[in-house]
Amino acid sequence: MYRSILIQAEDFSLDSALAELKTQSGLAGGLCFFTGAVRNSNLDEAVGGLYLEHYPGMTERQLDQIVDEAARRWQLHGVIVIHRIGQLMPGDNIVLVAVAASHRGEAFEACEMMMDYLKTNATFWKKESISDGHRWVEARSSDQTKATAWDA
Amino acid sequence: MGQSEIEIVLEAPTTVGALKAMIKMPNGETLNAASRNQSIMAAVDQEMVDDLATVSVASEVAFFPPVTGG
Repeated sequence: MYRSILIQAEDFSLDSALAELKTQSGLAGGLCFFTGAVRNSNLDEAVGGLYLEHYPGMTERQLDQIVDEAARRWQLHGVIVIHRIGQLMPGDNIVLVAVAASHRGEAFEACEMMMDYLKTNATFWKKESISDGHRWVEARSSDQTKATAWDA
Repeated sequence: MGQSEIEIVLEAPTTVGALKAMIKMPNGETLNAASRNQSIMAAVDQEMVDDLATVSVASEVAFFPPVTGG
């Protein structure tokens, strides 16, 4: 199975990722892409931007383990995970999880599981710019619930 | 948790929980005390662990708030 895991400040291109997955993963009939982008508001406050911090080394290992887990559960042909770090503005891309499988079922499920695990297990933290300064984003219990549901 | 790096010299292996009682936040509170009011996650040598996990004399240990990526 083809895999590419990148943590980078630069933006990414969905077209390039699609071409890469098609070239590298062979005869995949189902390709599922999830992209997360910076919102312009959170908790009823305008958000001017987002600063993404991570734990170098550990984050890469965790993303690798998340892809391992998806590959263990479903027959996948290729996975691309890209997560951006540094200063981002509303509308900017944050994350891409792209999955190639033979059919759409595995692709949808693997993509969702990897996003759910990434949300609760990967060592990234967001700091929002709001009108009177900055605040660290707090984890949501609903994310934990979604991730735990895959373990059942 | 407000500090990027500190070095602690251990004479013998210990546990994550014991370390939390030794390490102070910038406000003087130990990590143990702080964890009563906020969730604090721990990693030893870049693997997520709980308070019972062993810390060797050469371990890299990290304490951080719940993650919010994606």
